[in-house]
Amino acid sequence: MLKLRCPNCGFVSDETELVNGGEAHLKRFGPGSADEDFEAYLFMRKNPMGVHFERWLHSYGCGKWFHAARCTITQEVFGTYSAQVSRPPSELIAEISEKRPGWSYRDWSGED
Amino acid sequence: MSRRLSDGGRLIDRNKPIRFTFDGKRLSGFQGDTLASALLANGETVVGRSFKFHRPRGIVASGPEEPNALVGLGQGPRREPNQVATMSELFDGLVAESQNRWPSLKFDAGALSDRFSRFLPAGFYYKTFISPRIAWRVLFEPAIRRMAGLGKPPELPDPDQYEHFHAHVDILVVGGGIAGLAAARLAAASGARVLVLEQKPVWGGRSAADGVTIGGAPATEWVRSTVNELEASGAALRLRTTALGAYSHGYVLACERLADHKPGESGARQRLWRIRASKVIVAAGAIERPLVCPGNDLPGVMLASAVRDYLSEFGVSAGDRIAIVANNDDAYRTGLALADSGVDVPAILDTRPSAAGELQALAREKGIRVLESSGVAEILGARRVRGIAVCPIDGRGAKSERISCDAVALSGGWSPAVHLWSHAGGKLLWDERSVLFRPDTNRPPPGDDGKAMAYSAGAANGVLLCRDIASDAEKAATAALQDLGIEPARMECPRVESGVGGEAATESAWLVPGSMTRADRSRAWLDFQNDVKVSDIDLAALEGYESVEHAKRYTTLGMATDQGKLSNVNGLAVLAADLGAEIPEVGTTTFRPPYVPVAMGAIAGEAAGELFKPVRKTPMHDWHERNGANWEPVGDWRRPYCYLRAGEGVKDAVNREVLRTRRGAGLLDASTLGKLLVAGPDAGRFMDMLYTSVMSSLPVGRCKYGLMCNENGFLMDDGVVARIDDTTFLCHTTTGGADRIHAWMEEWLQTEWWDWRAHVYNLTEQYAQIGVAGPSARSLLEKLGGMDLSAESFPFMHWRDGNIGKFKVRAYRISFSGELSFELAVRAGDGLELWTALIEAGEEFGAVAYGTECLHVMRAEKGFIMIGDETDGTVTPRDLGLNWAISKTKGDFIGKRALERPYLTRSDRWRLVGLELPRFKSKDALEDGIYLFEKGAVNAHGHTKMIGRVTSTYYSPTLERPIALALVESGPERLGEIVCVNSKDRGKDIAAKIVKPVFLDEEGRRQNA
Repeated sequence: MLKLRCPNCGFVSDETELVNGGEAHLKRFGPGSADEDFEAYLFMRKNPMGVHFERWLHSYGCGKWFHAARCTITQEVFGTYSAQVSRPPSELIAEISEKRPGWSYRDWSGED
Repeated sequence: MSRRLSDGGRLIDRNKPIRFTFDGKRLSGFQGDTLASALLANGETVVGRSFKFHRPRGIVASGPEEPNALVGLGQGPRREPNQVATMSELFDGLVAESQNRWPSLKFDAGALSDRFSRFLPAGFYYKTFISPRIAWRVLFEPAIRRMAGLGKPPELPDPDQYEHFHAHVDILVVGGGIAGLAAARLAAASGARVLVLEQKPVWGGRSAADGVTIGGAPATEWVRSTVNELEASGAALRLRTTALGAYSHGYVLACERLADHKPGESGARQRLWRIRASKVIVAAGAIERPLVCPGNDLPGVMLASAVRDYLSEFGVSAGDRIAIVANNDDAYRTGLALADSGVDVPAILDTRPSAAGELQALAREKGIRVLESSGVAEILGARRVRGIAVCPIDGRGAKSERISCDAVALSGGWSPAVHLWSHAGGKLLWDERSVLFRPDTNRPPPGDDGKAMAYSAGAANGVLLCRDIASDAEKAATAALQDLGIEPARMECPRVESGVGGEAATESAWLVPGSMTRADRSRAWLDFQNDVKVSDIDLAALEGYESVEHAKRYTTLGMATDQGKLSNVNGLAVLAADLGAEIPEVGTTTFRPPYVPVAMGAIAGEAAGELFKPVRKTPMHDWHERNGANWEPVGDWRRPYCYLRAGEGVKDAVNREVLRTRRGAGLLDASTLGKLLVAGPDAGRFMDMLYTSVMSSLPVGRCKYGLMCNENGFLMDDGVVARIDDTTFLCHTTTGGADRIHAWMEEWLQTEWWDWRAHVYNLTEQYAQIGVAGPSARSLLEKLGGMDLSAESFPFMHWRDGNIGKFKVRAYRISFSGELSFELAVRAGDGLELWTALIEAGEEFGAVAYGTECLHVMRAEKGFIMIGDETDGTVTPRDLGLNWAISKTKGDFIGKRALERPYLTRSDRWRLVGLELPRFKSKDALEDGIYLFEKGAVNAHGHTKMIGRVTSTYYSPTLERPIALALVESGPERLGEIVCVNSKDRGKDIAAKIVKPVFLDEEGRRQNA
């Protein structure tokens, strides 16, 4: 059972106190968007073996959402960070690159 | 025959006899016995029947790995199946029953299947699936279900209490043997918070039975002083506590047996420990493997270490003449201990070519015959061991000699208990020299920081010689402490000795004899509990089940309580040989928790009975209870379905409530409806995204019915929104949706539009809310005095703050019944008082309290949809004729893009209509959910073509006939058509006319009054 530190309240919480919100940093496609974009937004999800970025809700805690980066193989947690960003902090990306040379996830360059 | 010796037995108190029964037979043992040792002391050699062939089986082991001695323990509500006799402590009045036999343990009709065992090979039941299809259902399944399975589950509620205990420690040590205690001692002395778990009722592991000395004194002395030292240092130590599983990030579950050995005592019976450890030291010891030889499942065949345990700990000899067969030196200790106790050991058969070490010399000194390069061609006997036939280890089992004996001690080497290590993701290494899988310390279970989470120590680490155990444990503890950033204390390592200078290496002997004949392969057992023989693995390999995981499932090897304890390594060695592969290439099956079976009660803990799911109660709950409420669960709430009066049935009560409300007035406890406040400068913008209609333009003081879709465009909740002020909206949600919609709003605000200045409060429990509906609703409220309720100053779909009588209320003129209706919200604390005031005021108007079913009937008569009835997660607002509530002007709202998808705009989707039905004789409705079809129309497969389904159906007392709402293909375009409803209740097809989904007051004159 995972334990994650909620960056909002600072408490380390058991997985049973958290709700997993699936893949992080999805871009919402609304009215006027192309079918492919909308389909990808609704249904297409990464399921990587290795580095993964997820949304978590500190449900039985402060009630706030946050992001976590973890390895789906070893369950190593690289870090947790604010839900109010559309890409992981660059320090975290650098740290992961150090621990998992050659990893890839998504091209963040287009996002703010 | 097995028996109690006249002396010996470290753990028993011969001055305290204990009476118990086994299959009704009165037996006695001593304080300190396990059920297994007491059964052996009484000469009970057959204790169960095997799973598949119903062969008689005896006790094999002395620990949790015992495969055969599973019994039903206790009586009445406390009877529990599949209790392991070797782990069950004896207590006065214990009642045990053997399992999986009929009519009796001695004569079991199921044993016939043993005769036909060649027709029941590995995977036979999969083959019975193949053809003919009917055979499985009528022939095989009933027979297999009758024959298989172990104990019967208890039928009465469990009277015992269980509890959960959360513990957070720096270092958890699993195992209270020398390794565990040595590791704990160092960790505690270094200042770490330590918890030590031992599954047995005594500390010290195997050290006493193995005759180990520490610092020149018997190990028990060191064990005692170390336990005292640990307790004094503040470490937590728990006996009778088995670690069940190790999970990610140092989470370990363990079960403590608090009162299994003293049933009926106050307090919890078992305690589930939920441990979060920064580091785990696995010092769980090792489990001996049996040898695989023909007849090795006969009662009287035991593990050599178990024979030694029963002798040393309980003063019980497994037989009068015990032969030993082994591939290692350790088993000689059993021979020596038996000889010292005066038990006849006719021979030790050593499968190794040379047996000339110190232990062998000691055995020979005691006059024990030692035969080198020898194995057993067969263990002789029918219901129990009568002797062994000796053969050379190489070859096909040519019998050279017959030795008579009544028990056989087997040792095929040791397997470290790697279960916990593996559960948490640690990898294993095949150690050819010691013939075992041991933890690969370079690939430990990782923790959340990516570093090792667990360390392995002692026998569990593959370190089998006692002189190395303490230093190995301290090495593990040192590594754990250093990784935690704790400086390890300097301590002198205890000097552990076994009494002999050295031991020769174990040599593998996977099959005895080495070239086993085909006939012998089907009499040599790998897994006693699941009746898996060498021939079964052969067949699995032959049929292509080459992966060890497939072979396991095909043959059931290592399933049930075994979980790789006794059978795993022998089984995969056979598989490897069959495939011409090396053992490490074949690998092990995945070890899965729990290590030993755990009672459902322990998993539930305190969350049983009333605490299983606490009930939410409105402020008026007790009034409802006193006034005949027939409760219905709605979310976590209980709501009155109806209020039963003396002599009244449920249907009568519902009809009365509907008619009295429609003719006079009715009161509804609507407190459970969700009340979410959305506030802030951007609240309007946010509301426009949440709801399909425009909410931002709603004037203050007004109400509006709104729909919420998910991003898929499907309707997820509905309710009335009230504009409180410029920046504040109050959203009513469904009862079951309140928490979900609150979370939904939070999610969008926190994760998508986090820069919008809006926030949400869940006020659901802050207010009690009472619906007052019916033509007399206004008069009823005016009787209490207060605010102006006239239609002119307080029209439909408005809200006002004011007073009703002495109560400060917020009144909403909204209606879910189609009647003139006011909903009054008051502080929750005033709810009951207002409710009773309204009930009293209502008497002269014939007002009634009404429940949820009356509410449903009235809303269906009006054609109002209900989330969860008309919707099921695949229904759009358009399907329900709610286009009017979808904004055409808004640029965006949640679900807007999805509603543009072609599939959701097709006109032939199933859409909402009403059904006009014939009057049934009784005041009945149709069945919910039944399908509609056109007579004679078929689909592409030639089946009757379904064109819709009934979503709501009630008897309408107002109209005196049944009504129904349905979703029908192109429904609104088919008004007036006749379709069929297949009613099972009535056993026939019923003709239904498609009509508009409004049965009463289509113009809304009543609600606007």
